[in-house]
Amino acid sequence: MSRPGSLAWFARHELRLAWRDWLAMMTAGGRTRARTLALVLLGVAAFMHFIAYSLVARFAAPALDPDKTMLVVVTGSVLLYGSLMLSQAMESVTRAFYTRSDLDLLLSSPIVAARAFAVRIGAIVLSVMAMSALLASPFINVLAVKGGARWLTAYVAVVALAAAAVAIAALLTTALFRMIGPKRTRLVAQIVAAVIGAGFVIGLQLAAIVSHGTLSRLAVLASEPLVNIAPDIGSFVWWPARAVLGDMVAAALVLCSGFLLLGVALVIVAPRFADCAIAAAGAVQATTRPQRRAASFSGASPIAMLRRKEWTLLLRDPWLVSQTLMQLLYLLPPAFLLWRGFGGASGSQILLVPVLVMAAGQLAGGLAWLAISGEDAPDLVATAPLSPGMILRAKIEAVMGSILMVFAPFIVALALVSPVYAIVAGLGVAIAAASATEIQLCFRSQAKRSHFRRRQTSSRMATFAEAFVSIAWAATAALAATGTSLAAMPGVIAVGILASAHLLNPQRA
Amino acid sequence: MPITTSDSPPALEIRGLRKSFERPAVDGLDLTVRSGEFYTLLGPNGAGKTTTLRMVVGLLRPDAGAISVLGVDALASPIAAKQVMAWVSDEPMIYDKFTPLEYLEFVAGLWGIDAAEARLRAQGLVDWLNLTPHAHERCEGFSKGMRQKVALAGALVHEPKLIVLDEPFTGLDASSARQVKTVLREHVAAGRTVIMTTHILEVAERMADRIGVIDRGRLIAQGTLDELRQQAGKQAGDGSSSLEDTFLALIADEAAAA
Repeated sequence: MSRPGSLAWFARHELRLAWRDWLAMMTAGGRTRARTLALVLLGVAAFMHFIAYSLVARFAAPALDPDKTMLVVVTGSVLLYGSLMLSQAMESVTRAFYTRSDLDLLLSSPIVAARAFAVRIGAIVLSVMAMSALLASPFINVLAVKGGARWLTAYVAVVALAAAAVAIAALLTTALFRMIGPKRTRLVAQIVAAVIGAGFVIGLQLAAIVSHGTLSRLAVLASEPLVNIAPDIGSFVWWPARAVLGDMVAAALVLCSGFLLLGVALVIVAPRFADCAIAAAGAVQATTRPQRRAASFSGASPIAMLRRKEWTLLLRDPWLVSQTLMQLLYLLPPAFLLWRGFGGASGSQILLVPVLVMAAGQLAGGLAWLAISGEDAPDLVATAPLSPGMILRAKIEAVMGSILMVFAPFIVALALVSPVYAIVAGLGVAIAAASATEIQLCFRSQAKRSHFRRRQTSSRMATFAEAFVSIAWAATAALAATGTSLAAMPGVIAVGILASAHLLNPQRA
Repeated sequence: MPITTSDSPPALEIRGLRKSFERPAVDGLDLTVRSGEFYTLLGPNGAGKTTTLRMVVGLLRPDAGAISVLGVDALASPIAAKQVMAWVSDEPMIYDKFTPLEYLEFVAGLWGIDAAEARLRAQGLVDWLNLTPHAHERCEGFSKGMRQKVALAGALVHEPKLIVLDEPFTGLDASSARQVKTVLREHVAAGRTVIMTTHILEVAERMADRIGVIDRGRLIAQGTLDELRQQAGKQAGDGSSSLEDTFLALIADEAAAA
């Protein structure tokens, strides 16, 4: 048994909390759902391996001595993955500073705050690592089965990248505290996280559109000018790529570098944790703020008022706006592609169809959570003399109205280039948004709007279902736009996911 | 079981109400609150007070029993019952990004109050509850007491005939608590009904026309303070037997009987 207050004791406490949280999330608090959950997870894993097989199986046997083009392409992919990990790490580190749950207890206890922070950071590394490994595992497993065990070194690269991502996130967040103060850091850190997550993808896509008229990132990475200006093949820059491609020495070097960086970050940041957390506590104590323009609720039906209420609350919360609309950053490249399409029809606008459908599904999911689960006055709405059906209708209309406002300009612009694509995209956007809303209805819970960031952790099932259903509808729309009857296949998968969501619906338990 | 109705129906009539979570929370409760009275529900923690009130206002579905609000069957016609009721919970739930005036106009709209009338009432309530200096500020920076006052104003803005409050004095300072008491008294003086749970026995003693004592989901005693003293075996009018003594005696009797 570890000594109370020691690093090991605290780590054990954190792990126990994390395990219970995870179990509660995955089982939605139910006791009899473990078997269903296991079956669903197995199904998802099998599906992901099938997808991975179709995408990477043919690349399983490259030479152990990769050429420069291969190294550039793999490094680009590693950077892409790393940027997503960094984004997740930034959010987690920011949460470690701002979430009050047990921080008051910890900071008022005689334990060393730096120790608590070190353990928290360790937990974040584990969570980023687990999530990244989980997402990468179907691809790594397929490559290992088809091309040999050496591909398993990619897991080492994932672990190293997670450690490095958390280290950079901790350093960045602490630097933001010093530069802009605790009040602004929360919002800025989360915007930075989203921009980091989206920025690399968007940058590559914009470059691809400019140089090749396509949304394909690989086109840029494998392009001759980029390969020519890339460092020499012996450079340390290629260590992560070599680690992914099965080079054991490179894997060991990358692992050591990742943990060295994490150690340095802990030494710099941990002693400042208590100060930052206390400053953050002061910043979250809201101050009164005058409202310049009052919202009008006059002359509207109760349903219209509920709709207006949802929109007013959303528009008045810059943090929520940034969180929900950040997903629209991904629409920038397609919008740019569309704009270029007016100059010369290349037919590549078909790529817009799945992007729009996917974005609509994701945005609708967030908005639906806010409207359905993130109700700050649930008792008021429930005790109002309105039927539950009317309340639900108003909330669904609020979500679908927002989707209409955001996506209508894209659909109209697309219609000017290709009416057929516009019809398919319009239908796809509506169906994907309705499906995401339906999933939120199935997994609805009572939460504060301020817990929006945690909506994805409160129900992993809803998050996965929402993501997969959006992907499936995007694929359906893409295939439908090409006029092939194969479009029915992903459509059936999407319907299957919706049916599974109904089956796992905690409201039914 | 059916509820008998008369020309002047009681504000609240509950018969055989049951609700179980993992064990019974409300266990065959019968309760009648007359129109125009201030009724306080007392009981130890976990006695079933809040569960009962949440079923009355339609936030929980009972397993069995009947609830009638001013002659309206609240289970068969929930919307009609909600039209004449208001609910204030112990944790004020308001929209942080709304100003008090916006919140009140929104609540009035939910109850179908005409917009001009809603604005007038909202302004009146804001003045009455001394919220005027903050009428155009968002509620996000308000103290617990101010938030509770906004929530209470929301419950009053549609002029309900029955107002149901769960621990409305939790976390209020002396001045805010006095204001809320005054508002509730005036509400009853205007012929309306207030049902309230509280752990502050002094509040119940001073404000309630009648007091109901709930334990283990059942009503174990009901009446005026004097009637409760008699039920608890105390000497009526004996200054030494406070509501606290009476309450503890009633709970102890019930525990001994169980």
